[in-house]
Amino acid sequence: MTTPTTPKKPRSLSFRTVAQLVALAIADAAVSLWVGRQAYLWMPPQASAEAVLVDDLFGFLTTIGSFIFLGVTTALLYSVLFQRADKYDISDGPPVEGNLLVEILWTTIPLGLVIWIATYSYQIYDQMAILGPMEHMNHVPQLGLMPSAEAATLPAVPERTPIEVHVRQWAWEFHYPDQNIVSTELHLPVNERARLKLISEDVLHGFYVPAFRVKQDVIPGSTIDFGFMPIREGRYRLRDSDYSGTYFAANQGVVVVESEESYQQWLADAAAQPLTEADNRAFREFTKLGDRPISAGWKTVEPAPPPRVNFASSEEDSYE
Amino acid sequence: MSNASLDAIAAKSDQPFPGAPNNWRRFFSFSTDHKVIGIQYMVTAFVFFLIGGLLAMVMRGELITPEADLVDRTVYNALFTMHGTIMLFMWTFPMLNGLSNYLVPLMIGARDMAFPRLNAAAFWLVPVFGTLLMASFFVPGGPSQSGWWAYPPVSLQNPTGNLINGQVLWLLAVALSGVSSIMGAVNFVTTIFRMRAPGMGWFRMPAFCWTVLSAQMIQLFGLPSLTAGAVMLLLDLTAGTSFFDPAKGGDPVLYQHFFWFYSHPAVYVIILPIFGTFSEVFPVYARKPLFGYRFVVVSSVIITVLSAMVWVHHMFASGTPSWMRMLFMFSTMLISVPTGVKVFAWVATVWGGKLRLDTPMLFALGGLVCFLFAGITGVMLGAVPFDIHVNNTYFVVGHFHYVIYGATVMGIYAAIYHWFPKMTGHMYYEGLGKLHFALTFIGVNLNFFPMHPLGLMGMPRRVSSYDPEFAYWNVIASLGGFLLGVSTLPFILNIVSSWVLGKRAPANPWNAIGLEWLIPSPPPVENFEEIPIVVSGPYGYGSNESLVSNNPAGELISEHS
Repeated sequence: MTTPTTPKKPRSLSFRTVAQLVALAIADAAVSLWVGRQAYLWMPPQASAEAVLVDDLFGFLTTIGSFIFLGVTTALLYSVLFQRADKYDISDGPPVEGNLLVEILWTTIPLGLVIWIATYSYQIYDQMAILGPMEHMNHVPQLGLMPSAEAATLPAVPERTPIEVHVRQWAWEFHYPDQNIVSTELHLPVNERARLKLISEDVLHGFYVPAFRVKQDVIPGSTIDFGFMPIREGRYRLRDSDYSGTYFAANQGVVVVESEESYQQWLADAAAQPLTEADNRAFREFTKLGDRPISAGWKTVEPAPPPRVNFASSEEDSYE
Repeated sequence: MSNASLDAIAAKSDQPFPGAPNNWRRFFSFSTDHKVIGIQYMVTAFVFFLIGGLLAMVMRGELITPEADLVDRTVYNALFTMHGTIMLFMWTFPMLNGLSNYLVPLMIGARDMAFPRLNAAAFWLVPVFGTLLMASFFVPGGPSQSGWWAYPPVSLQNPTGNLINGQVLWLLAVALSGVSSIMGAVNFVTTIFRMRAPGMGWFRMPAFCWTVLSAQMIQLFGLPSLTAGAVMLLLDLTAGTSFFDPAKGGDPVLYQHFFWFYSHPAVYVIILPIFGTFSEVFPVYARKPLFGYRFVVVSSVIITVLSAMVWVHHMFASGTPSWMRMLFMFSTMLISVPTGVKVFAWVATVWGGKLRLDTPMLFALGGLVCFLFAGITGVMLGAVPFDIHVNNTYFVVGHFHYVIYGATVMGIYAAIYHWFPKMTGHMYYEGLGKLHFALTFIGVNLNFFPMHPLGLMGMPRRVSSYDPEFAYWNVIASLGGFLLGVSTLPFILNIVSSWVLGKRAPANPWNAIGLEWLIPSPPPVENFEEIPIVVSGPYGYGSNESLVSNNPAGELISEHS
């Protein structure tokens, strides 16, 4: 059984110990602040107003997370390195069973942190106002995209007709109703709040542009209003974020953010083009069976035929 | 204690019941002994762990290059669906049920579980639904390819047109798994409520038993929701109903509520017994009482309650209204408080101790570090704006695998090594154990850390091909995955060889405190010659208190003391 040791009276912390703890906490905070600043580099380009806000939140979360992770692992590492029992020492450590003050502190401090993080996240969310009405709605008679009452930091929605985003197994198609254009590339003017109507023709899909930090499930049977604000010109990847079956990984597209002039020029050029069949990776793979991959020959859902569009780009086209 | 008397007790302990096989064959027969059932669960689960792991390694083989060039997309989709399903329903749940089955009656001073036959029936459902699940590889169209969430409408698509298909078998297996788990939960809760030894008040019960109780309470309130969702989906798939089929007016998002109402708390069903394991292992190898024992056990109950209020955080991008997003953001973050209490308590337990870095301690420390990392990324995921960016990306996969492999599997290894001498009567080989830990810890971090930058960059989960910018981190993750596969080899070698050839284990090789350490290794049938009378708390390291006032092992303890 255990070898008893004489219980020692707990000592109060000496000034030196307190000073060491404070110094360690400052060092931990300094390193954590540095890691928090690095967090911005781990993200894709900030191509939307929402991305700036999300990255600020992520930097904040990374700073706090690093502080806790470094603090706890340093304490563990110190114990592992310097508090080992000697080889033949089978005695017990000090029988410290608890300390009410410490236990209350380490319950209330994380509680305060959680409230802080939740409040800050709420503020960021409030400023983003990315979705207009949040509920997915069946049979929406007309798009009721309204700026959130709280969305004071982003400009109001312009009076453009929203772009319809149609997604199916497995292709993205963008309809510009005013110009009667269909495209496989989503073009948006910079510095103007984009207005989309998301429509799924079969299963769940997800509209996701990492450079914009926005994502929305597209739910069959519903038309979903969606809005965000691109702030940086460039070509960006659109991905299907909600698993949609066999060729899910191939369901990608390109979003082009450009100046108002370029955007208008593109609309005019595309409107002058006749409808042609677009390149479609899922359909291409489906019709070209039997290459290198190990196949069990399992039957799959057939991809929809390639979309017929006024403007098409290859799915392998460049993007940032 | 003489060798002769040890041998006499060991010989007696090997006899499960009159007429039963007195050797390894008893583990393949119907037994109502909770210890046999526990080991049956654990060995069965480990076989499925190896199968699920092999599927994962093929997936990592596919993902080592951007193109889908190793297996075709249908096979890849089946691989990740079956990997997730097997690892949750066939590995972690049965494994932890096995561990709990073995330990709880011993720890609370009971002779068996409350309902031994129900216990055996719950176990024997595991190979039944496991076989059903594996049979789906051989039906036309192959196994389910809709992911372990089985979200409709994808899960309702049936390109083969056959009534018996992979998705149907999947749903039947999941429903049966739920039945088995509910049977187990009823048994655990009853056992812990009604069969504690005299003197074992609630606050004298080991933390492990508290965590098992908390986890099994979640099973009781959560599983009916999953089972209902599975049955409704089955009806949609086979009987033409339209609960979830939008083409017929159903609501696919409703399924997500059914599914996550259980499947998020299920993570706590998995992790709570691991918290219990940490709470048992740290005091033994740090030679100190569990710091803040009452806070630690109460935090388990709080986690159980809060776990019922977090499911919508999986649906932040599913068209969820703002008020609900905010509510579930707060409740999700709130659960980090009781888990944080536990983490700090373990650090305080280790701090200032006399540490022995035996294999169980190494795995517990490694698991704690991984859990800490996962907890921090978990709070990040609770923040709605950030979650919207990384939801359904590899960031979530990385976070989840830090919980499930980093903390849970490492915690399971800690438990197996710690209680291996008790279960088998033999000591394991320490060198192989340490090699196993080193390979596992490096493998976990190589495999799962790269998933975080991948997710931040925007790589969706469940893709069989990806854009070239993701290649670098995927190569590292794949190498880590292969290393994890290799890491199981020293474990298997260790367990098999030491079970057969290892040195005989004494009753209490770790000098630990607990009722299970007062009886021989392995414990005799019905565990205790005399039901122990508990007179003190469970972690009296460093104090001079007896745990019991009588002698539960009869002759052995008389001589020992």
